[in-house]
Amino acid sequence: MQSTKKTNRFDVLGQGLTLATANAQKFRVFAKRRPVAATWLVVIGFLVVMSLAAPLVAPSDPYKPDFGKVTLGPNFENFFGTDFLGRDQLSRIIYGGRTSLFIGVVSVVLGVGVGSVWGLASGYLGGKFDMVSQRILEILMAIPGLILAMILMFILGASVWTLIIAIAFTRLAFGARVIRAVSLSVRETAYVEAARSIGAPTWRVMAFHVAPQTFAPFLVLVTTNVGIAILIEAALGFIGLGIAPPTPTWGSMLGEAASNLEPYWWLVFFPGMFITIAVLSFNLSGDGLQDVLDPKSRGTLG
Amino acid sequence: MFVNPCGRCGLLDLTEGFADLLKYIATRLLIAIPTIFGVTVIIFLIMRALPGDPLSVFYDPSQIIIMSDSERASIMAELGLDKPLVVQYSLWAGNALKGDLGTSFLRGDAISETIIRRGAISAEIGILSILIAWLLGLPVGILSAMRPNSIADGVASLMSVLFLAIPGFWLGLLIVLGLIHGWSWHPPIISSQIWDDPWKNFQIVIGPALVLGLGQAAIVARMARSSLFEVFREDYVRTARAKGMRESVVLLRHALPNALLPVITLSGVLLGFALGGSVTVERAFGTPGLGTTLIAGAIDRDTSMVQSIVLVYSMVFIGMNLLVDLSYSWIDPRVRLG
Repeated sequence: MQSTKKTNRFDVLGQGLTLATANAQKFRVFAKRRPVAATWLVVIGFLVVMSLAAPLVAPSDPYKPDFGKVTLGPNFENFFGTDFLGRDQLSRIIYGGRTSLFIGVVSVVLGVGVGSVWGLASGYLGGKFDMVSQRILEILMAIPGLILAMILMFILGASVWTLIIAIAFTRLAFGARVIRAVSLSVRETAYVEAARSIGAPTWRVMAFHVAPQTFAPFLVLVTTNVGIAILIEAALGFIGLGIAPPTPTWGSMLGEAASNLEPYWWLVFFPGMFITIAVLSFNLSGDGLQDVLDPKSRGTLG
Repeated sequence: MFVNPCGRCGLLDLTEGFADLLKYIATRLLIAIPTIFGVTVIIFLIMRALPGDPLSVFYDPSQIIIMSDSERASIMAELGLDKPLVVQYSLWAGNALKGDLGTSFLRGDAISETIIRRGAISAEIGILSILIAWLLGLPVGILSAMRPNSIADGVASLMSVLFLAIPGFWLGLLIVLGLIHGWSWHPPIISSQIWDDPWKNFQIVIGPALVLGLGQAAIVARMARSSLFEVFREDYVRTARAKGMRESVVLLRHALPNALLPVITLSGVLLGFALGGSVTVERAFGTPGLGTTLIAGAIDRDTSMVQSIVLVYSMVFIGMNLLVDLSYSWIDPRVRLG
């Protein structure tokens, strides 16, 4: 990480992508050291490609009803069966993944990102600002995440961006907490003191000397929180506070299926399976990234 | 002050540090007050100050029920919605302190009664799920730590990783499906309290409690394993083993008390998990609990009901976290002295 300081200052996302895919050499080393995490990173890649290429991959139109084949079980034409309107469920899952993953990733990058900047400033500046920030974060953390997201959705109304804002809001405190701790320790290092002593302005020290050090924990935070964000999105969709139909998300598909008193098993099983796989892959590759990027925690878990 | 790393001996100097303990409890309670205040303000602001007012659902021309401006003004006055926000807040908070949460906008019945009736079932689910989590998660965690990298350990870690990722409501739906198709059994739809019909009440409660309990057990097992693993490397555990103590004594008297501390800290996180998760899991089982009421309130846009239930959830969360903190300081003197 040290050798790539120049790039990660400007190209945060690109760095993440580099780490995962483009830089094959690095990935090979990662795969050798953390085979489990690397495997799940490949699964993430697979899900992302599937979502991006949805129009090419999906066998049929996810919105077009076909009343000739309503609620068919899995068969050779519709591998995952069809729903109440005869829409192909596999296609809906592929398109749903597009929305679910987009919301999961963007809300976490936004929430953890804003939280990190806040935590960075709060840790570095200290004093009254830090104290007030700490109290505000404590209050935010005192409301269970899903319930906070619920009332925000309840008030803001359903759309992709309100969903992103609501989930981002619940991730704010988690980003701020961790990055504040990093910022606090970096503040005391000699090179930061050196930068300050030659008269660098506060914003400059924060942006160019402290911020790069928070990149590795930021990446870990994002990866581990995406799983939680996907779960929150699914829960909101399930209880009917997510995106309005007909746009499919994995959660809202489950909600639609459950509105039937005797749900059809394929309408319940497959969307939930994809949620589980997505959350699993983000959780496990997050664990692996943490082990690799944070040398201190390496090996302590046996 | 010298603190013996052995947890059990730490428990013994309890009487000594009793004054410290009281001081610690008092400080914690004082710190909790601004948090509670802040949370109520945030809930109030989110519910009131964002677009529209609580009556907009009736006023909105696109909705079915439309009322005239004068009708609207009189209802606003009746509900006290025409007063400044600060006055509204203090009225609401003051009444909430007295246990009066007002009446539901839609149904007109007292909210506190609904909450007590529905909340009893949710509380049962929560307590039962925590019991399941500890009774299941702790032994599994201990087993994994004692036989690291064994087959049992592998299976246990696989299960805990899996249950962390599985959405509780999905598992709930699958269980309901299995019961319907396998035994043509439906969860009881009519609500019954534990004091009315314990068996029927158990049928309502056990499903959600099991699902939530499994999710939490995964976290407990994972944490207990890694924490015990650390403690097993400590010198005093090696000494105990070198003395020829039986492994069970080493585990129960020496290693476990210290290893449990991080797990107890984690139970605060667990509670948030159980509280948030219970909302969707209740919906999956069709349980007549607080979560189902919250969802129904949100869909009917019953603002006062949603606001009150969110308040209850947050207060329970803060209260339980406080309890976790206090029990932690009671078990580990280093917390209150440090």
